[in-house]
Amino acid sequence: MIVIAREGGERVPLTICGCDSAKGTVSFAFHEVGKTTKELGTFEEGESLVNVTGPLGNPSDIRSFGRVLVVGGSIMIAPAVLQAREMKRAGNDVTLVLGCRSEEFLFMRDEAAASSDRVIVSSDDGSIGVKGLGFLTDMLAKERFDRCVVLGPIVMMKRVSELTKPYGIPTVVTVTPIMIDGMGMCGVCRVSVGGRTKFGCMDGPEFDGHLVDFDELVKRQRTMLPEERLSSMLWEKNRGCEHGRNEG
Amino acid sequence: MPKQEPNERVKNFNEVALGYSEEMALREASRCLQCKSPQCITGCPVEVPIPEFINCILQKDYLGGIATIKTRNALPAVCGRVCPQEEQCQKGCVLGKKGKPVNIGRLERFLADWERTHECHVPECAPPTGRRVAVIGAGPAGLTAAADLVRLGHAVTLFEALHVGGGVLSYGIPEFRLPKAIVKGEVEFVRRLGVDVRLGNLIGRIHTVPELLQQGYDAVFIGTGAGLPQYLNVPGENLGGIYSANEFLIRVNLMKAYDFPESDTPIRIGKHVVVIGGGNVAMDCARSSMRLGAKVCLNYRRSRDELPARKEEIENAEEEGLVCKYLCAPVEFYGDEKGWVREMRCACMELTEPDAKGRRGVKPIACSDFAEPVDTVIVAIGQTPNPFIQRTTEGLDVDPRTGIIRVDASGRTSLEGVYAGGDVATGAATVISAMGAGKRAAKAMHEYMMGRPPKGARS
Repeated sequence: MIVIAREGGERVPLTICGCDSAKGTVSFAFHEVGKTTKELGTFEEGESLVNVTGPLGNPSDIRSFGRVLVVGGSIMIAPAVLQAREMKRAGNDVTLVLGCRSEEFLFMRDEAAASSDRVIVSSDDGSIGVKGLGFLTDMLAKERFDRCVVLGPIVMMKRVSELTKPYGIPTVVTVTPIMIDGMGMCGVCRVSVGGRTKFGCMDGPEFDGHLVDFDELVKRQRTMLPEERLSSMLWEKNRGCEHGRNEG
Repeated sequence: MPKQEPNERVKNFNEVALGYSEEMALREASRCLQCKSPQCITGCPVEVPIPEFINCILQKDYLGGIATIKTRNALPAVCGRVCPQEEQCQKGCVLGKKGKPVNIGRLERFLADWERTHECHVPECAPPTGRRVAVIGAGPAGLTAAADLVRLGHAVTLFEALHVGGGVLSYGIPEFRLPKAIVKGEVEFVRRLGVDVRLGNLIGRIHTVPELLQQGYDAVFIGTGAGLPQYLNVPGENLGGIYSANEFLIRVNLMKAYDFPESDTPIRIGKHVVVIGGGNVAMDCARSSMRLGAKVCLNYRRSRDELPARKEEIENAEEEGLVCKYLCAPVEFYGDEKGWVREMRCACMELTEPDAKGRRGVKPIACSDFAEPVDTVIVAIGQTPNPFIQRTTEGLDVDPRTGIIRVDASGRTSLEGVYAGGDVATGAATVISAMGAGKRAAKAMHEYMMGRPPKGARS
């Protein structure tokens, strides 16, 4: 989905992590890291966003595969839980890995348990669950998986894809590059997949993790970092808002 | 027409051409010979009754003048600015045979601008026909088709994928050529005619064309333009600092990156900007870059004579300090350790004999490569239609290579009740040709719908 928070604001891409057609709601999770996400964090119940366009991008491939490993990291835990739930509903045996920086960044643990057959928590500093993703090496050596789905930071998606490759496990990653229109017009979201340029918005957001050029993706993600920092700092200065994490 | 001075305007994004004063408009209008068989009308893709509105100016009946234009053209403030009049209406002007043709475009703009500051003329619509139409894309083709169809009495829903209407008029053409306040005014005019404008609705993803027909729309018009950027497909093209023309213009125009950090969306522009291409879009990118403080060089693979851009735009750009390098094309880009472009290698080209259409091709000269430092590259080598609707509409006849929807002269596609026009049916072309296509399709759609009972009545 592309969201514009306030009049004159930027267009930011957010990943859908649930919807309720009876209530007419769509939910998404965001991490307050830049100006717009910080601004979104200040919204009160009942306030309106200027524009929400979506769903854009291709639908996820949810079918009966057999044993599915879903790995969600950081804020992308939220859509990973949704993927796990849908994979389970499609008849798969689902193992869900929740990766976070440290204990305080872990969320949706109960939902995760209800959406999968097994939950494994992993943190970078070992403050909760197992430390790091090293355990996957053993797990993949011992257990057979028919499909792996990874949603999270680029480094995590790269690491998991590298681990599943020797076992030939089809691995789907969800890329979240910079986007503006989100409908195939600007091309800022270009991703090299198997040597061919794809658009994250139009051809993705899911790609074969064994073919994605993650190093290029990281560099492209960082191209506007100084400007993003400036924007965020100015916003903080003007509004003096608190840091934190939010679910919406 | 008065313009901002080059050394002044290159520092701002305000409109370059300042428009006629009333006195100037009256003087220009008095030059018109009011021909019996006016060639200017023949040259206009939407057949505006030109001598008639010029006569209104002479009578100082400006409201009558704008009403006359609007019988044929719903977007005069836009057309008065961006139409290539020298190749259309003004080309046929009798005065042009021996001297200067009447400056029809500027007179049209004068009336449209007069209206913006005076009373607005909202034409009457025909009584409701009971037919519902979906128009997809609020660019020149869609706005024109929607305006014509609503005036014929149909209930029109206009779907626009972006958060503002106008299509290429909003995201593509820069502020200094077409102020966005004017585009907004033209979209507002179409809304006031009674069109239901739905923003942020990407047809082909959120709903499909077959779904719209099932939902009870009697006919559908596809005017989704050519928004998919073309790339060079050379190594290194995904480095940072290499923008498609669309990305650059969307950042700068639609998201107002020239105002960053006042606006949220940034643009990073270096000191040595190279624009690849030679069309109007390339000129827009080059002139925008100069306004952002960069030194700009335009690289075009053919020679100056083949530049596809409008002459007026080339002259404006050159006045503003654009340097052009002809007969060269990039073959590879090199980046720094952070993945930002730092150097470009080009090949020199030579022209080949003209093809059947009279257009000269190019081929690289062996061993002619040269390298030059760059820190920003804008690739402006063309756009093709976005594929969302084509991919989700079974039975729609589409050119598989270009993604262009195939239509007949009245805009009819291979599917009953589905029409298309503008860039999506021709490939990237002009604003006014898209408007002409919207108009022709609206007429054909009206005839089609009136020849059968409305869906609403059938269900």
